[in-house]
Amino acid sequence: MDVPVSYYLVLSGIVFSIGLVGVLIRRNIIIILLSIELMLNATNINFVAFSSYLGNLSGQVFVFFALTVAAAEVAVGLAIIIALYRHSASINIDDFRLLKW
Amino acid sequence: MGTIVFFYFAGVIVATAALVVALRSPVYSALALLVMFFHVAGLFVTLHAEFLAIIQILVYAGAILVLYLFVVMLLNLKREERFQHQLTVGLFLGCMLFAEAVLLVAKGKTSLGMNLPAPGEFTQLTQGNTESIGELLYSTYLFPFEIASLILLVAMVGAVILTKKGILEAKS
Repeated sequence: MDVPVSYYLVLSGIVFSIGLVGVLIRRNIIIILLSIELMLNATNINFVAFSSYLGNLSGQVFVFFALTVAAAEVAVGLAIIIALYRHSASINIDDFRLLKW
Repeated sequence: MGTIVFFYFAGVIVATAALVVALRSPVYSALALLVMFFHVAGLFVTLHAEFLAIIQILVYAGAILVLYLFVVMLLNLKREERFQHQLTVGLFLGCMLFAEAVLLVAKGKTSLGMNLPAPGEFTQLTQGNTESIGELLYSTYLFPFEIASLILLVAMVGAVILTKKGILEAKS
C-alpha cells in the first residue's frame, strides 16, 4: 500500500464535513438524507482504509453492516418523507416545526 | 502510480460530494451522488476490497439511489428553496470539525493517546476477498449478521406502515 493511511483519513474527513454541512444548511429533506449518505460513505472509506492498512478483514465486515443500516435508513427515511408530503404538500424542513416550542 | 490513482479518485469524490450539497435540483444531486458511489467503489478496489466495491455499486447505486430518484420524481416539486438562513454557521461548524479531525490525524496518535499499531499483511490472500469475508461473516460475526436481518425486517415493516394512508394525514 503505497498511499499512507492518513491520506484516506483526510479524504474521509473532508467528505464527512461536506455531509455535515449539507445536513445543516439545506432545506430540502431529500438533500438532507443524501448528505447522511455522504457521511455514511465517509465512514466506509475509513473502515476499508484501516482494514487494508492493518491487514484485518473485520473492517470490511463492518462496512457490510453499515450498508445494511444505510439501506434500512433510506427505506424508513423516504417513507417518512412521503408521509410528510401527504400531510402538508411540502418537503421544506422549515414547514415542520411541530416539535419546536 | 498508486498515488496518482488515489488522487484522481479522491478529487472526484470531493468534487461530487460538494456538488451533492450545492446543486439546486434534487435529481442532479442524486446523479452527482451516483458518480461519487462509483468512485468510492474504485477506491475500494485499490484497497483490495473487491467484494465491497461490487456491493457498493449494487446496493448503493442500484438500489438506494434508484429509490431516491423514484421519490424525487414521485413528489414532483415545484418550488426550490436552497439554503437555510444559518448558512454561515453551518459552514463554520463544518470547517471546525474538519480542522479538528486533521489535527487529530496530524498528531499521529488516536484520541486515546495510543500510537497506531504497525501495519499488517493479509494472511488469507490465497483465498480471495469474498471467501475470506464470507468465512468471517458466518463464524465470528454470525450473531450481528442475524441482527442485521432483523433490522432490515423492521425497516421493511416500518416503511409499509408509514406510507399507508391514514397515518399522518391532517385531521379533516
